[in-house]
Amino acid sequence: MGKPSDLVQGTLDLLILKTLSLEPKHGWAIAKRIQQISREVLQVQQGSLYPALHRLEQQGWIRSRWSETETGRQARFYSLTAAGRAQLEREKESWNRLSSAINLVVEGA
Amino acid sequence: MRWFEKVRMLLRILFRRGDANARLDDEMQFHLEQQIAENVTRGLSPSEAHFAALRAFGNPTLIREEAISYWSWTWLEKFARDVRYGARTLTRSPGFALVAILVIALGIGATTSLFTIVHAVLLAPLPFRDPDKLVMVYEHFRESLGGDGFNVVSPADFRDWREKTHGFQDMGAWRWYGFDLTGEHSELPEVVEAAAGSWNLFSVLGIQPALGRTFAPEEDVPEGRHVVLLTWSLFQRRFGGDASVLGRQIRLDSTPYVIIGVLPRWFTYPDSSVQLWVPYASTFTAKDFDAHAYHQSHVIARLKPGVSAAVATDEVSALQYQIHLANPTKPVAEEVRYRPILEDVVRDVKTPLIVLLCAVACMLLIACLNVSNLLVARGAARRKEVAVRSALGGGRLTLIREQLTESLLICLSGGTIGVLLSIQATQWLASQWHDLPRADAIHVDALVFAFALGLVLLTALLAGLIPAISSTGKGVFAALQEGSRSLGGSTSRAVLRKTLLTVEIALTVTLLVSAGLLFKSFLRLRTTDLGCAMDHVLTMKYGLPEKQYDTREKIIAFHESVLERVRGLPGVQSAALVSTAPGDGYEGDDVFTIPERPTSSFQLQYDALYRTVDPNYFTTMRIPLLRGRFFSDQERLTRDHYVVISKKFADQFFSGDNPVGKHISDVRIGAAQPYEIIGVVGDTLWDVTKPTKATMYFPILSGIPDQASEATIVVRTTEDPLALSIPIQQQIAALDPALPVYDILTIDQIVGKTTASQSFSATLVLAFAALSLLLAAIGLYGVLSYLVTQRVREIGIRIALGAQRSQVLQMVLLDGLRPVFIGLLIGLAGGAVAGALIRSILYGTSPLDPFVFVAMVGCLLLTAAASCALPAVRAATMDPMLALRNE
Repeated sequence: MGKPSDLVQGTLDLLILKTLSLEPKHGWAIAKRIQQISREVLQVQQGSLYPALHRLEQQGWIRSRWSETETGRQARFYSLTAAGRAQLEREKESWNRLSSAINLVVEGA
Repeated sequence: MRWFEKVRMLLRILFRRGDANARLDDEMQFHLEQQIAENVTRGLSPSEAHFAALRAFGNPTLIREEAISYWSWTWLEKFARDVRYGARTLTRSPGFALVAILVIALGIGATTSLFTIVHAVLLAPLPFRDPDKLVMVYEHFRESLGGDGFNVVSPADFRDWREKTHGFQDMGAWRWYGFDLTGEHSELPEVVEAAAGSWNLFSVLGIQPALGRTFAPEEDVPEGRHVVLLTWSLFQRRFGGDASVLGRQIRLDSTPYVIIGVLPRWFTYPDSSVQLWVPYASTFTAKDFDAHAYHQSHVIARLKPGVSAAVATDEVSALQYQIHLANPTKPVAEEVRYRPILEDVVRDVKTPLIVLLCAVACMLLIACLNVSNLLVARGAARRKEVAVRSALGGGRLTLIREQLTESLLICLSGGTIGVLLSIQATQWLASQWHDLPRADAIHVDALVFAFALGLVLLTALLAGLIPAISSTGKGVFAALQEGSRSLGGSTSRAVLRKTLLTVEIALTVTLLVSAGLLFKSFLRLRTTDLGCAMDHVLTMKYGLPEKQYDTREKIIAFHESVLERVRGLPGVQSAALVSTAPGDGYEGDDVFTIPERPTSSFQLQYDALYRTVDPNYFTTMRIPLLRGRFFSDQERLTRDHYVVISKKFADQFFSGDNPVGKHISDVRIGAAQPYEIIGVVGDTLWDVTKPTKATMYFPILSGIPDQASEATIVVRTTEDPLALSIPIQQQIAALDPALPVYDILTIDQIVGKTTASQSFSATLVLAFAALSLLLAAIGLYGVLSYLVTQRVREIGIRIALGAQRSQVLQMVLLDGLRPVFIGLLIGLAGGAVAGALIRSILYGTSPLDPFVFVAMVGCLLLTAAASCALPAVRAATMDPMLALRNE
């Protein structure tokens, strides 16, 4: 296993929104989830996770409330708002466009 | 939904910052715990797990800062910090802060008050339905003699316009009127101002009565049913707001009128003196109602959608020309003119109000410059501090922002005090201003607060920006290089301060000159000779109701018994009767012809004021006889065809010929026979602010009902005239207890009443100018003291090297007075311009009145010299040794 890759600039929002689209999660779980799904390739730095969560909340795309974790501890759970869901669609679309464009360039050349 | 979430977040973060911080800490703590737990399960020892987790986590403070920066209130935090700094620097020099705040409070307070009045009086729409669709239509004589070209309308013209033109949606008319009001059961009589309105007037204005109904068309005819509408103030005052007054009767001039409605509280058109309304036509005789040459009405027209006022007026104008042609020998106007109703209401106060607003704005600007000047001086004292901070990396913008915050703090505190002052002052101003239209509509509303806030921001910017920019920037590092022993100091800053001072002086001079002109004009008015005795003369009015006093004999009997009783009172030198005393108003004018000097064309129509007087009037009022004789007791009852004319009358219509023995005829109010001119008397003024007008005096002893019923007793006394007012009233009440006596005034008070608004605006502008002068003096003193302090060392060296004290004194004085002289020159030019602009409200005073200019220049120079003297003397008496050691 190589060194975990840094996230492509600007994709953290997309990852967080996508991760939250299934069910509400707390910060730790979001980071873990991204790591697992990407098979340990993507490491979310805590230093960028919490500012990102606050930014998304400020934008009204996610909301948060206190809830109990499986271990019985209180933690802050984030969930997607309707606006967040729409934003996720937009981000997904622009990501697809971007990645296929990059693909075209990389494969075609 | 999204904006709602956002606002909720913003508010939560704004008001519960502590919670939000705790939440973030908690969240990060949780994250750390999870990481530690994971590390432990990987087999690390608890302490190793802890440190590994911390390492992976990074700098928690940084993360927190970064997260917080998304909370979008950081600007507020920065601002709060600036405010803390600003407050701290201000409290360090409380004297400066106090002066600055007071200066700004005065400026903002006065400006806000004037704005409140200007807004409510000049700008706010009248409280009618679609008031911008309402215009006033007036007659206009092409050969207009004086006046503003807007002539009141005759009833027949109005009726023709309304019936025969279709450009306007509708037209209503009203006229001033007055009544003696009594109740059914000998309640206290009083004289009330009234108005007569056409039946459709209220629907033209879009007014619904508060109670009852307005007039019906069949009531609005001459000799119609006697009905009356009460205004809200009379309804409350005289009837205690009792709704059951509807249908009850009151007596107006002894005739019973049925109350049919009450107008809304806010309806105070044409002004708040009007107590009740009667139908328009009921105030005319059938003959007058059909007259085209009898002008007294005001016509309000509502525009049709899509038809402009000009087009609609043109149609009326065309009709009016036909009417004019059909009445060639009578004064019937050829054209009509219109103006918006708001302009019509405020025309007399517009110029004074704008002058006052400009004067306070000027004062505010001076206050602003003064604070700016003070801030520049403080900036100088803080040069080192600013330089050090810049050197350490303080951004220029940050430094400017900080200084601006300081001036904002001053202006905010000043503004708050100012607005509080202004709320009081506005009420006072509105109540002191005699005859201010729409005074009852003046109130402080959100717009006024917004204006005050805008003013605060503007002042803060104006006062703060110049010093802030000048004290930061590239030059500041010079302060660090410049040793403590530098001599030249900050000459550029001195130049800046002198420039500010020059502007301040220029504005002050402009204000002083305007104030001087207004004040001189007012003094002129107050000392104007009315052309008659003005000391120790008491006047009071009564009107004999035509119902009881319906014959010539009854009227004469009453008038003569009143005079006889009054003349018998101790302290009375003489007493007489006149319809309207000098200075007390127009009363009315009339056209006539002179059989000895016939004129065919209407353009040369003769027109003069009329008065009715008793034989003793001219001697009582000391109006000189120039030719012929006064009336005698013989010109009475039907032997009344004699007239006395004024000098102006003789000059205007007889141009040098002896008028005595000539005749005038076709007087509308009089009989058909010609009146013989028996005498010429000196001119009197009907209004101190207006030029004299040709006047004809008819004998009051004709006793003709209506013409001789209204009388003003004029009484010349040996002692204080007002002390006689009660005894005279008692004499009148003894003759007829139901007869109200009103307007008990000395001639001096009549003049005071007419000139009240001039007195008011002159006094206010003078007060503003005096304040500005004080501000300028403070500014001058401040600048010069500063310059002297800056040059202590230089002056010390000069003295040590043998400079004469007088030379030093001269040098410092010249330095201080140079901006004064430049400012003075600019200000004089400004004063000349201001004088030209206010020419229309000056009376008997040239806009370039040399006396005013010289007096004001002298005033300013004296003040300037006084405020320069102290610093200059201090410089000249300086001990050189102390000055040089002082470091």
